[in-house]
Amino acid sequence: MARYRKTLRRKKGGTTLATASRASAQPASRLPAVAGAAWPYASAPEAHELFLPAARYELFVGGRWTKPKSGRYFQTIDPSTEEPLTQVANAGAADVDAAVRAARTAYERYWRRCPGSTRAKYLYRIARSITERSRELAVLESLDTGKPIREARDFDIPLAAAHFFYYAGWADKLAWAFPGKTPSPLGIAGQVIPWNFPLLMAAWKIAPALACGNTVVLKPAETTPITALILAEIIQQADLPDGVVNIITGGPDTGQSLVTHPGVDKIAFTGSTEVGKAIARECARLRRPVTLELGGKAANIIFDDAPIDQAVEGIINGIFFNQGHVCCAGSRLLVQEPVLETVVQKLDQRMQTLRIGPPLDKNTDIGAINSKAQLQKIRELVRSGDDAGRPRYETRCDLPDRGYWFRPTFFTNVALSDRIAREEIFGPVLSVMSFRTPDEAVDKANNTPYGLSAGVWSDKGSKNFKVTAQLQAGVVWANTFNKFDPSSPFGGYKESGFGREGGVHGLAPYLQR
Amino acid sequence: MAFVPVDAVGLEERAAVLATRSIKRDAKVAGLRLAIGCMDLTTLEGKDTPERVNQLCRKAQEPDPADPLVPPVAAVCVYPNLVTSAKAALQGSPVQVASVATAFPSGQSPLRAKLEEVHAALEAGADEIDMVIDRGAFLAGRYHEVAAEIAAVRATCSNAVLKVILETGELGTYDAVRRASWIAMEAGADFIKTSTGKIAPAATLPVALEMLLAARDFEQMTGRVVGVKVAGGIRTAKQALQYLVLVKETRGEARLHPRFFRIGASSLIDDALMQLAKERTGAYQALEYFPKD
Repeated sequence: MARYRKTLRRKKGGTTLATASRASAQPASRLPAVAGAAWPYASAPEAHELFLPAARYELFVGGRWTKPKSGRYFQTIDPSTEEPLTQVANAGAADVDAAVRAARTAYERYWRRCPGSTRAKYLYRIARSITERSRELAVLESLDTGKPIREARDFDIPLAAAHFFYYAGWADKLAWAFPGKTPSPLGIAGQVIPWNFPLLMAAWKIAPALACGNTVVLKPAETTPITALILAEIIQQADLPDGVVNIITGGPDTGQSLVTHPGVDKIAFTGSTEVGKAIARECARLRRPVTLELGGKAANIIFDDAPIDQAVEGIINGIFFNQGHVCCAGSRLLVQEPVLETVVQKLDQRMQTLRIGPPLDKNTDIGAINSKAQLQKIRELVRSGDDAGRPRYETRCDLPDRGYWFRPTFFTNVALSDRIAREEIFGPVLSVMSFRTPDEAVDKANNTPYGLSAGVWSDKGSKNFKVTAQLQAGVVWANTFNKFDPSSPFGGYKESGFGREGGVHGLAPYLQR
Repeated sequence: MAFVPVDAVGLEERAAVLATRSIKRDAKVAGLRLAIGCMDLTTLEGKDTPERVNQLCRKAQEPDPADPLVPPVAAVCVYPNLVTSAKAALQGSPVQVASVATAFPSGQSPLRAKLEEVHAALEAGADEIDMVIDRGAFLAGRYHEVAAEIAAVRATCSNAVLKVILETGELGTYDAVRRASWIAMEAGADFIKTSTGKIAPAATLPVALEMLLAARDFEQMTGRVVGVKVAGGIRTAKQALQYLVLVKETRGEARLHPRFFRIGASSLIDDALMQLAKERTGAYQALEYFPKD
C-alpha cells in the first residue's frame, strides 16, 4: 500500500494529459457542483443449495463408481473460504491400471468398430446433458475453482458443451477432414488436465478423442475434480458403453502412473511447462505420441492508433479473466509511447472498478486464487517486481478475511529481464512495458521462451495483419482477447507446447493417418 | 483523446457484460428511486394539450402519493408552446421545465428560426433547452457548422441548461457518436443526449456507454463535467437500472445525480413505480393501480 501511494505521488509530479490541457479555458459550469448518491449493489448470490457436491466421490472406471484400491481419499476445499467441499478418491497405480484395462476392453470390443454416426450420437447426448445441467455445473465449478459464477455460467460451461456439439459433428466425417487418407484411432488416450478450467479442459480432451474412436482415461487436477466427476455422471446417464471414458482422480503420482502406463497409446497434457517437459521426456523414452499445451507469457501490443477504451477492456479481460489463471493470459502489455500515460491512467481507473469477492455472487468480477500454493507463487513473483523497484498499481478494495485472495495488480516500467516479464505468474499480475516502433514491439513480444498467444490493438487493419503475421504465438487476437470457439485451433509455439486442440486440427493428434 | 477510434465489437461486448449486473432488493429500490429522481418526464406529441401537461406535472412532483420516499422527477420535458402551462403547474416545485427547441426533431430549419424558438421557450420560462444537432451538416462533414450552431444556441441560452441531442440513430457509427459528443461538449453543452425518441434505434446501451466514456475523457482533459442524457425506448425499470450501472461503472457514483445524468422517458415511470410497489408489498399489482398521466 505504501508503495502504491508513492506511485501516486510520482504521478502527480509529472505532467499528465489532464493538467496539460486544463490550461485551455472552458466555460465554468453553470450548474452547482454536487456529488451523486452512493449506490452499492446488494449481494446477489446464485442459488446453490440444490447443487452442493456429494460427501464423497469414487473413481469412475469401466462405467462404474469404484472405490480406490489404494483405500485413500483426499479433501478438496473451497478456495474462497478454505472450507472443505468433498472427499475424492486418490487413485494409486493399481487403479490407473484398472482404468487403462477398462479403456482397452471398451476400445477392442466395441468403440473402435462402432460407426462414426453412433459415436456422434453419444457425443450429442453428452453435449445436451451439459446444457441441461449447466446451472449445477456452473455452481460447482465456481465453488471448486474460486472463479466468479458469471464466468463459469457464461464461459466455461457453454463452451464445454459447444466442444462436444462441435466434435460430435466430425465423428462420422473423419475421411472428409483428411482427404485421401483413411484415418483410424490410436487406441487409449491418457489425458491429464489443469485446474483453471476443469470442465472445459475435460471437454477439450474427451470430445475429439471420442469423435476419433479412441477411448479415454482422464485425470482431472487434484484441486478441482468435481465437475469432471459430474461429467462422469453425465456420461453414465448418456449410456456410453462401459469403459469408453474413465475418470480417475489423484495427484501427481496418479498422473505419473497414467503417463507411463504401458497400455496407453497417446498422452495429452495441459498444464505447467515444468511438468510438460517431464512428460515429454517420458513419452520420448516410451516412443509415445504426445500433445502438450503448456504455459504462456502473452504480449498485448497497443499502438497509438488503437481504440483505447476497448483496448483497456481487452487488457483487463486478458490478464484478470479467471484471476489470471489462464495459460494464454495477456500478462505482458506493450504500449506505444505516445499513449503510455493515457493507457496506464485508464487501466488503473478501470482496475479500481473490478468487483472482488464471493465467487457465487453474480456481480463478482474477480474470485479467489485457486490454491495456497498458487497464492504463494504469485506473492513471490510480485515481491520480485517490488525488489526490482517497478512501480506497482493495485486495487484498493477490501478483501475477504478467509480464503486465498490477491488484488489485481500491474507493474509499470518493467524491463524484459525482470522475472515478472519472463516467468509465467499465472495470477492477476500484469507487466507494462513501452515501445516506439512496430518492429520493436514485435521484437519484444517474441522475446520470451513461450508462444501461446498474443494480442494486437490498432484501428488500422493493414498494421494488424502485418504485425500479427510476425508474432510467434499459436493464437493471435486483433482488437479483442480471450476469444474461443470450438472450430478454432488452439496451441503453442516454443515452450508453450505442441499439437493443436479445437477445429479440424484438433482431430489430428487422435488419429493415425 | 478527442477522436480516438471506437471498436464496435468491444464496446458492445462491454455494454452487454454490464447489462448482466444483478440488481436486487435494496440496490433495486435505491436504484429505481434514483432513476425517478434523474428522470425527464416527457410528452412530445402533436396532440399534447395544456390539460395533459398539467396532469403530467402533478405526477412529476409526487410520482407515488402512497410512497413518500419516491422523489420528484428532475424535469418535465415539453414542446415550446406548452412551457407556459408546465411552468405554471410546477410553480414552487424543484421540478425543472425543459423545452425541446431548434426545429425538434429534425433540426431542418434556418439557424435564425432555431434561435428564435429557443428564445421563445426561454421567455415562456423554460429552465432547460433540449436542442438537436444538424445531422445533415454533421454527416456531410461540416463539423464546424455543427459546432457553431451549438455555440450560438449556447449563447442564446445564457444560464439555462443546454442539452444537445445527437440523434445517434442517424449517425451510423460509434466513431460518429464519439465525434458528435466531443463537438457538443466543446461547444458548451451541459448534457449530451442520445436521441429525440422520434427515430429508431433511440438510446442503446453501447451508445450510452460510448457517450459516458467520451464525457469522462472530456472531464479528465478539461475539468468540466458534462452530463449524459439517455432518451427514447427506455420503458422498463430493468432498462433504467442498466443505464445507472453504466454510469456507476464508467464515471463513478459521484455522477449518479440529476445534475450529471438524466433519463428521458414517458411510460418508464409507471413500470418503475410498479416495481417499487412490488418491493414494498412483496406482490405485483396490475398497471391499473398506477395513474397513467
